[in-house]
Amino acid sequence: MSRLSYKEEGSLLRPLRALSFLGRPAVTLPLEPRPAAEGYRGFHLNDHKQCIGCSSCQKICDNAAITMVEVPDAPVDPLNGVRNLRPAIDYGRCCWCALCVDICPTGSLNLSREYVHTCTQEQIDSYFMLPDEDGMHGLHYEKGWQRSEASDLLALERLPMGERPVEERIDNFSEIVAGFTPQQAVEEASRCVQCGLCHDACPTGMDVPEYIRAIYEGELEQAVRWIYQTNPFSHVCGRVCTHRCEDACAVGHRGTPLAIRWLKRYAMDQLPHQRILEITREQKPTHSSGKSVAVVGAGPAGLTAAWDLAQMGHQVVVYEARAKPGGMPRYGIPEYRLPYESLDRDIEVITSMGVEVRCGVEVGASVTMDQLRQEYNAVVLAIGLHLGRSTRIPGSDHLQVRKAVELLRRVTEEGSIEVSEEVVVIGGGNVAMDIARTIARLQRQQWGEVRVIVTALEDLQNFLADPDEIREAVEEGVVICPSRGPQECVVEAGNLRALRSWGVRSIFDRSGRFSPHYDEEDEQYHPAGMVVEAIGQMPNSEQLLGESLTEQLEWARGRLQIDENGRSSEAWLWAAGDCVNGPDVVHAVADGHRVAASIDEALNHE
Amino acid sequence: MRAENYQQINHPPSHAFELNFGPNHPGIEGNYALQVEVEGDTIVRAHADGGYLHRGFEKLMEQRLWIQNISLVPRICVPDPSPMEVCYSMAIEQIAGIEVPQRAQWIRVLQLELSRIAAHLFTFGGHAATTGMYSPMFWGVADRDLILDLFEMFTGGRVYSIYNLPGGVRRELPAGFLQRVSETLDYIESRLPDYDDLFFTNRVFIRRAKGVGVLEQAEALEMGVTGPNLRATGLPFDLRRDDPYLIYDQLEFEVPVEEAGDAWARTLVRRAELVESIRIVRQVVKALPQMDGPLRTATPNPLAWKIPAGEHYARVESSKGELAYYVVSNGSEKPWRVHVRGPSTMHAVQVLESLVIGGRIEDVAQTMFSLDACPPEVDR
Repeated sequence: MSRLSYKEEGSLLRPLRALSFLGRPAVTLPLEPRPAAEGYRGFHLNDHKQCIGCSSCQKICDNAAITMVEVPDAPVDPLNGVRNLRPAIDYGRCCWCALCVDICPTGSLNLSREYVHTCTQEQIDSYFMLPDEDGMHGLHYEKGWQRSEASDLLALERLPMGERPVEERIDNFSEIVAGFTPQQAVEEASRCVQCGLCHDACPTGMDVPEYIRAIYEGELEQAVRWIYQTNPFSHVCGRVCTHRCEDACAVGHRGTPLAIRWLKRYAMDQLPHQRILEITREQKPTHSSGKSVAVVGAGPAGLTAAWDLAQMGHQVVVYEARAKPGGMPRYGIPEYRLPYESLDRDIEVITSMGVEVRCGVEVGASVTMDQLRQEYNAVVLAIGLHLGRSTRIPGSDHLQVRKAVELLRRVTEEGSIEVSEEVVVIGGGNVAMDIARTIARLQRQQWGEVRVIVTALEDLQNFLADPDEIREAVEEGVVICPSRGPQECVVEAGNLRALRSWGVRSIFDRSGRFSPHYDEEDEQYHPAGMVVEAIGQMPNSEQLLGESLTEQLEWARGRLQIDENGRSSEAWLWAAGDCVNGPDVVHAVADGHRVAASIDEALNHE
Repeated sequence: MRAENYQQINHPPSHAFELNFGPNHPGIEGNYALQVEVEGDTIVRAHADGGYLHRGFEKLMEQRLWIQNISLVPRICVPDPSPMEVCYSMAIEQIAGIEVPQRAQWIRVLQLELSRIAAHLFTFGGHAATTGMYSPMFWGVADRDLILDLFEMFTGGRVYSIYNLPGGVRRELPAGFLQRVSETLDYIESRLPDYDDLFFTNRVFIRRAKGVGVLEQAEALEMGVTGPNLRATGLPFDLRRDDPYLIYDQLEFEVPVEEAGDAWARTLVRRAELVESIRIVRQVVKALPQMDGPLRTATPNPLAWKIPAGEHYARVESSKGELAYYVVSNGSEKPWRVHVRGPSTMHAVQVLESLVIGGRIEDVAQTMFSLDACPPEVDR
């Protein structure tokens, strides 16, 4: 291809060569619709079944072209992070950059291979539309632009959490999880898309996006303020919460959900305790209502109710039978998961609000419910579930057949208990893991090696305990025997020898009722000098309530009957927490709030 | 005309009058106006009147997340949008210390050069139209569409590619794409003789273009002229060669120069550059299949991505000249300041105002187009 010279004079005739085009066939393009190139950025397609309404598309849209619209037919499932909001696009604003597609946490949003939309003046609103999988004109154009590996905008991988290695943790009860460093926390917080699905899933509705954002901005005090809006058990929940929020996290659809629990823990741990006390004191009431409330049980539910009621200006006294407040987090959760120091900090925050806690006072013995009723305007029953259930298999009445809650309580109270050389735990939930791992540590101290077997009805896929708990237990030498049904605690000459178990064929019958079926030929003997039952708990309320009150109250299947706000059939008595509403700390906290609000309303209307 | 632009003319002689070129596409790719005072057919004074496409891009960018601006910047220059997103990305990458994978750099060059070819085809067409020759305009625009087909295929958008992100590019080249590029280039090369016949060696055009809008080199340098307009004054300055970015230092190409500095010289430089760009694209097409590796360095979630505090002046050679983004970050999630150094600003204001003086009315539009300025980029 030669270069032309500046000296070129040009020709008058050469342009006439173009006349040859007159004889050539004309180029025509078809008028009917045709698909654009693969990967064209046409109009939006949104799979409404896949879409979770997280609104990440709306947030990344640089033209504010996306509005989240409520679609009444769409499913709502907060626990799985699904909202009935769907993106509606204003094509007067959209610039077809497809950033919304690239950030979509589920991949429901794509662009089509459709080129054109036109309309008359009367149909001008048609530029604002709610796309579904059929496309702008229902013509079923194929997908064009789809997210690729290179265009993916989400940070999918969770930052690994530092843990004490097995050899360092197995001999002692030191906390296992190291917690985030400031740099890690900011980086982990930066993965958040601020969708708020976590907030919807949290029983107590924590302002998760807000405190994650504050952590990301380095505003730890602000983060703590957000946390205390909804949860006075922040140290505890930062460590042992069952984190429904993480199950609902939008980022979790394609990657690992944000470590919301560890971020909360980070905010709480980083700020000096004195500063946290100062911050929470900002919520201290300036007035007194002149009303008083008694709370029975200083666990998460009771203390949360007390915390709320104190802020509302009521005088609150909490009665606790044990030597220290804290309830199940103190007497049921081992220290390697939740150091008592953290719990003490939470409790100090609560008592600094003016809540009086009277420990070692057993209601039903040293003070009766009737006295409380007369002395206070309202009473909250938050006594938890401190009685272990029994399998009632033959031999389970032997002295060496114990209940997990009872052993865990004794470990807290006495520091240590005697364990036998071989222990079998019955149950597959988190309590079973707690006691198995506690016993493993004690066995290392007392016998030098770990010989704990956990038997559970469930297979490994359906184990009730958290996967992390199972992994850590196995790392620590606990042997897991899934799909085993306990049949007998074998006693020889007065000594417990073993647990006899059968293989499990099925746990539930066709209608979903608990009715285990066993394979009798698959029989095993698990040698044991001690068997621990960890198959569930029940409240211990008979003596506490007393006969006449028990009779006056309404009960449903052994549980106290309450309304949706926790009020019992007796107008002065409310109940909250595990004893009515299981099953974990954060639910208990939510319950505490609910009951407090109900009491406040009732007292204000008295 | 806006009130503030109104200049009172004190009793002009009867043969002198004021003439408005524009603001509707007055021989320039967009809305722009040039008010000239003429005496007879001769221009005696000129006043460039822009602002019709002012959308406040630079200010808008301060209110958007770093990544959101990627879909904003291509709009700053419609005929040649690709350098905008590449240059903006380069500035961010420099401040944040992000390394761009090799393969992505080659693909960026492919994108930039295809964009240059499209832009030059557009300019030929436009330039021809200003001299009354409408067939080359239809040809130029139609053949540019073939490049847009390529863009549609590999970036998903015909005009605004929005194909770059800080850290690399957004997706793989589709199957058979490089083959299609080669075929399109073959076709465009085969069309050049037709263009020559109808336009470049058309005596009518050469006579019209020679000696029109002569820009001296010293004057050009004083006014910050860059790109083909500067190279047409005899200075072989091209950022791709003199301050290489991406992988331009691994490519073979020439920097075409002309001495005369007039509209004809500028046209010749662009025509030669088109050929050089085809040469570059062919090298990239040959090299890309041998390459492997990622397309983008992973960056944090764009909704919470803070670029460390710092500043960078990233510049590329666009089809119009030196295009640069001066980006300042104060460490937040949005730019603190973005300044776009668009080459057209100088070309369409200072240069144009001085070049038309002494010329004739019929050459004003041609002078404008021979400078190849882009009004939205002037206004930003």
